[in-house]
Amino acid sequence: MLKLIAILLDGLSYSAWLFLVAVGLTLIYGVMRILNIAHGAFYAIGAYACATALGLYYGAGWSGAGAFLVMGLTAIATGIVVGLAIERGVLRRLYGRDEVLMVLVTYALFLILEDATKMIWGVESYFVYQPYAYFGFIDVGGLPYQVYDLLVVAVAIATGLALWLWLTRARMGRMMIAVVADREISAAMGINVPRIFAITFAIGTVLAALAGVVTAPKIAVAPGIGVEVIILAFAVVVIGGLGSIPGAALGAVIAGFARAVSVHLAPEFELFAIYAVMAIVLAIRPYGLFAAQGERKI
Amino acid sequence: MMTIDFRRDPINILLLAALLIAGFFLPSWLRFLLQMAVAGGLVALGVMIQMRAGLVSFGQGLYYCIGAYAVGMLAVKMNVTELGILIPAAIIVTAVVGGILGLLLSRYRDIFFAMLSLALSMILYGLLVKAAWLGSTDGFNIPAVSYLGHVPAQAVREDWSYVLTVVLVLISCFAVARYLASGAGALCDAVAQNELRLEYLGTSARKVVFIVYLVAATISGLGGALAAVAMGHIGPEMTNWTTSGGFVFVALLAGRGSVIAPVLGFFLLELVRTYALDYAPNAWQMILGAVMLAVILLLPEGLWSLVRRRSAK
Repeated sequence: MLKLIAILLDGLSYSAWLFLVAVGLTLIYGVMRILNIAHGAFYAIGAYACATALGLYYGAGWSGAGAFLVMGLTAIATGIVVGLAIERGVLRRLYGRDEVLMVLVTYALFLILEDATKMIWGVESYFVYQPYAYFGFIDVGGLPYQVYDLLVVAVAIATGLALWLWLTRARMGRMMIAVVADREISAAMGINVPRIFAITFAIGTVLAALAGVVTAPKIAVAPGIGVEVIILAFAVVVIGGLGSIPGAALGAVIAGFARAVSVHLAPEFELFAIYAVMAIVLAIRPYGLFAAQGERKI
Repeated sequence: MMTIDFRRDPINILLLAALLIAGFFLPSWLRFLLQMAVAGGLVALGVMIQMRAGLVSFGQGLYYCIGAYAVGMLAVKMNVTELGILIPAAIIVTAVVGGILGLLLSRYRDIFFAMLSLALSMILYGLLVKAAWLGSTDGFNIPAVSYLGHVPAQAVREDWSYVLTVVLVLISCFAVARYLASGAGALCDAVAQNELRLEYLGTSARKVVFIVYLVAATISGLGGALAAVAMGHIGPEMTNWTTSGGFVFVALLAGRGSVIAPVLGFFLLELVRTYALDYAPNAWQMILGAVMLAVILLLPEGLWSLVRRRSAK
């Protein structure tokens, strides 16, 4: 019974984490048709920035709930600065090129950003466990569980809802949907497509940084954390269908629970479980659960 | 789209042969570097021929690793140290795996192909890192091997393995050049340009992709087997995505102009890496990334296009 509760809770919190990691990737792909490998680097930069910001915060002698405000602001600030710099500096010159070429470009950006983070933050690990310990444990059916992990679930749900509301209700969000549907017609209707691209990329980057910020208190922030993330995020996004936000949510839940089950029942296949799910989904629906099959290239 | 003249390839391969023969007399550290580089160059060549079909394999390290582990596991776990068995076994294993995965991957194009090949290579990485009986992240050593029953003395062991690598790499280059000049090879370009029309002509695009994937897998496996014999040590790092990224980098940088371009390109990369890691260990990836961006922006056909432009004049 305890094991079942543990699987459920772990599955839930891991799904939430996967959703946070993957949603920015799928948003950027959906609007811009760029599979952004640098997403992993944005995640790492978010985590490092969080470590630095919280280090300053606690260093100044403050404590308590203000740390969470700092974390939120860090995610938004780093995401906007880094995202806009990359979009304005590099990607803007390459719009309209082949999708595969854009993968290579973002791969090159990833390599550059990885070393840039090493230059800024060094190669040693950072620990900011205080926010993780702040809420302590809660007893769920006899199993003590970290409240922070459950809060991540709330953050993920709130993020997903906010994004969905924004895309369906807000003016800018609806313009984004129009650009997804047809880039040229939207431009002809007077939508400033390059501006939409810049905003989308900034939002996607903020989401990646947010995932990093949320994760930073739970892990040792060290070089190499971005690599694992991009591959996991890709698996999640592919299960759901590239470019689909409900798809990312469903993919995250499937992959999260697959991992939770395997961690508790067959730990040696932990990493394997997510990819196995991905392979099964792709064998049945080659373009993921939520995406329509694209037209063939002519 | 550039036109590619592979009739020049036999001449290019002869040039490569001359270079590698001259390489025999290099100082031993540099010759070892050259040997490892041409073995890895076969993998970069595998990436390059897939690029001609418009497919970027971000996980070619998978076959590099499988080839190496086929040799390593036969040698260590089953005590087979005869190269006459090890090398063919490695080729067969990678061809079988490539054939099975090729059935799945030949359905995909573009980024799906790129990211699925990456995911597959990372699955193997994840399994190897967890496999304590295979040394986890450290990998394991491979004992000295015999050449058709002859075990060379310690002093000349490196000479033997250099010659073996060079001979097999040159044969592979010839084979790939033949393949590229054949119908199935020539159709790769057509897949990249217009798949639908290709099918109107009565050819299956999936079949063309399957064949190029299989050829790439097989030579990558051979490259891995040769690297395993040369180095005497293997580890899961061979299928990590940074390794695969290096192969993509070389293929992109070298361009699609000649079968020897990736092989030479890989040597240049290794040479630069050796020095760069000394002087700026934390800037190496940044240099790679910056060069890659510059090549994409300024030289879309790769460095080899400079050579060809010259000879065209």
